[in-house]
Amino acid sequence: MTTVSETRAKSLLYLDNVSVAFDGFKALNGLSFVVEPGELRAIIGPNGAGKTTMMDIITGKTRPDTGRVLFEDSVDLTKKDEADIAQLGIGRKFQKPTVFESHTVWDNLELALNRSRGVFATLFYRLTPEDRDRIEEILSTIRLTHRRQELAANLSHGQKQWLEIGMLLAQEPKLLLVDEPVAGMTDAETAETAILLREIAKTRSVVVVEHDMGFIRDLGVKVTCLTEGSVLAEGSIDFVSNNPKVIENYLGR
Amino acid sequence: MITRFVLRALDGKIVVAIGILLAIALLVPALNLLVPLESAFHVPTYAVSLLGKYLCYALLALALDLVWGYCGILSLGHGAFFALGGYAMGMYLMRQIGSRGVYGDPVLPDFMVFLNWRELPWFWYGFDMFPFAMLMVLVVPGLLAFLFGWFAFRSRVNGVYLSIITQAMTYALMLAFFRNDMGFGGNNGLTDYKEILGFPVQAAGTRNVLFAMSAMMLALCLLLASGIVRSKFGKVLVGVRDAESRVRFLGFRVENIKLFTFVVSAMMAGIAGALFVPQVGIINPGEFAPANSIEVVVWTAVGGRGTLIGPIIGAVLVNAGKSYFTGAFPEFWLYALGGLFIAVTLFLPKGIVGTIQQGWSGRKAMKAAEDAEKGRDADVLPQAAE
Repeated sequence: MTTVSETRAKSLLYLDNVSVAFDGFKALNGLSFVVEPGELRAIIGPNGAGKTTMMDIITGKTRPDTGRVLFEDSVDLTKKDEADIAQLGIGRKFQKPTVFESHTVWDNLELALNRSRGVFATLFYRLTPEDRDRIEEILSTIRLTHRRQELAANLSHGQKQWLEIGMLLAQEPKLLLVDEPVAGMTDAETAETAILLREIAKTRSVVVVEHDMGFIRDLGVKVTCLTEGSVLAEGSIDFVSNNPKVIENYLGR
Repeated sequence: MITRFVLRALDGKIVVAIGILLAIALLVPALNLLVPLESAFHVPTYAVSLLGKYLCYALLALALDLVWGYCGILSLGHGAFFALGGYAMGMYLMRQIGSRGVYGDPVLPDFMVFLNWRELPWFWYGFDMFPFAMLMVLVVPGLLAFLFGWFAFRSRVNGVYLSIITQAMTYALMLAFFRNDMGFGGNNGLTDYKEILGFPVQAAGTRNVLFAMSAMMLALCLLLASGIVRSKFGKVLVGVRDAESRVRFLGFRVENIKLFTFVVSAMMAGIAGALFVPQVGIINPGEFAPANSIEVVVWTAVGGRGTLIGPIIGAVLVNAGKSYFTGAFPEFWLYALGGLFIAVTLFLPKGIVGTIQQGWSGRKAMKAAEDAEKGRDADVLPQAAE
């Protein structure tokens, strides 16, 4: 068991034997999964494999029935709620782009900025030069500098996805969970997103859930394939996509 | 810190609105007291109180708009906070009657003597002191909102379920206040007031002062609400309205944000109720009626929710309409109100002010697009509605 405790000690995120059932349906079934600091990881798997449920558990939206979820080897995430977990440094991007449509791009980023989030701190908040610089920096990372004063509602689908990723960056998370970032994107936008995510992963860990195999190949990272709530295979994209079980359960369908 | 908060609140439209409110706070009393009776510009005293009543309703609508228009909490029970503020003021006014009541008891209000009560219930203590009563105008609605919000927002009761519970809350309070043994005068409520701070309640001078106070309180609360919605907190509020889970996953405590707004709003509604009672001369459990709270929603929707000026305009217009209709065609008023709500929902979903604003920013955007086509630098882009 030395190897397991070693992986745990240097892990950023550590899921051990996590199970959860909804009305008898086992969404996760003994899932174990480790993300190391600075790692970019892709997760694939058929519909209903438990990808989104796993994210729900990590971010505190759902409580597991059994199993342990540790962040930085010390914090038990199953005891925390969404706001606590976000403040610990875990950011989450939803499948459907979720931005504040009636705010400008700039305001969206200002709200996401990692500053004190109490009622009175926000009532009397004033934009400091450092905060302004940080927002400018994120705007250029997500390629939206020219649309900063536009309402988020007026952005294209791809731009909304990027804005949401930008909001996660503003949160300064240690771990970023990204659910289907390129769904509905054009090929050019998809390629651009792969570059963006690789750039982001230089300074933090990123977990990407995606169906688009071309995109995952573009990312060129370690892949985990989930099926029926547990890990089916893990390794490089070539290793996983040649695994007969993966072909049978997912790719071959 | 506070100065910055106030300065940020003073956006163009708000300055104009506050200016108008302060002007009518002076003008209406002047037209009532200084202009001779026979002049066409004379405002009769009954009209001063009627206008004062509209301003109290406007403040109530503004309070509702803060939680509904900005935070997305559709409260169908805001009339309860208004009525509680009104009862706190009513209790002070009852204690001021002293031995001038029908039964002449120096301490006990008439209804208690009538019920053969020997001493004042504990919760009536202190209401002979004006500052204490004014504190209660804020504390009682605020506390109820805090307790209600604490449980509702923590257990994430949302949308229509929350609306139904707020409706049940005001209904339960109505039934409770109807009971004689509650100690609030039962279905007759509290009335027959004589004096407020030593001034006769019925006198024209007092009525004018109450009117001016209502206008100034509305201006002050408008300033406060504007400061709130223009701060970063206000942007978070709109975020909660539009994408609550995103706000949560950004690390904000949504339940605290809602709770703060709900309590501030309930206190504003309490102030409105407290100013309302001496101007109409009575508070009774009918003010808790669920239909009253729903009417507030109609005023806000008509004026434009999510704008601060809209609810004020909506409350004044609808109530002016109500005064006219209930006088001229009493049997048609409820049909007119229902029809108005349907018409606004169908044709003006953003309300009067919201529609005007939309037209305005739409024109600005079109102009910007034209400029951009002609190759000019278009820096004028549509801004978020206030």
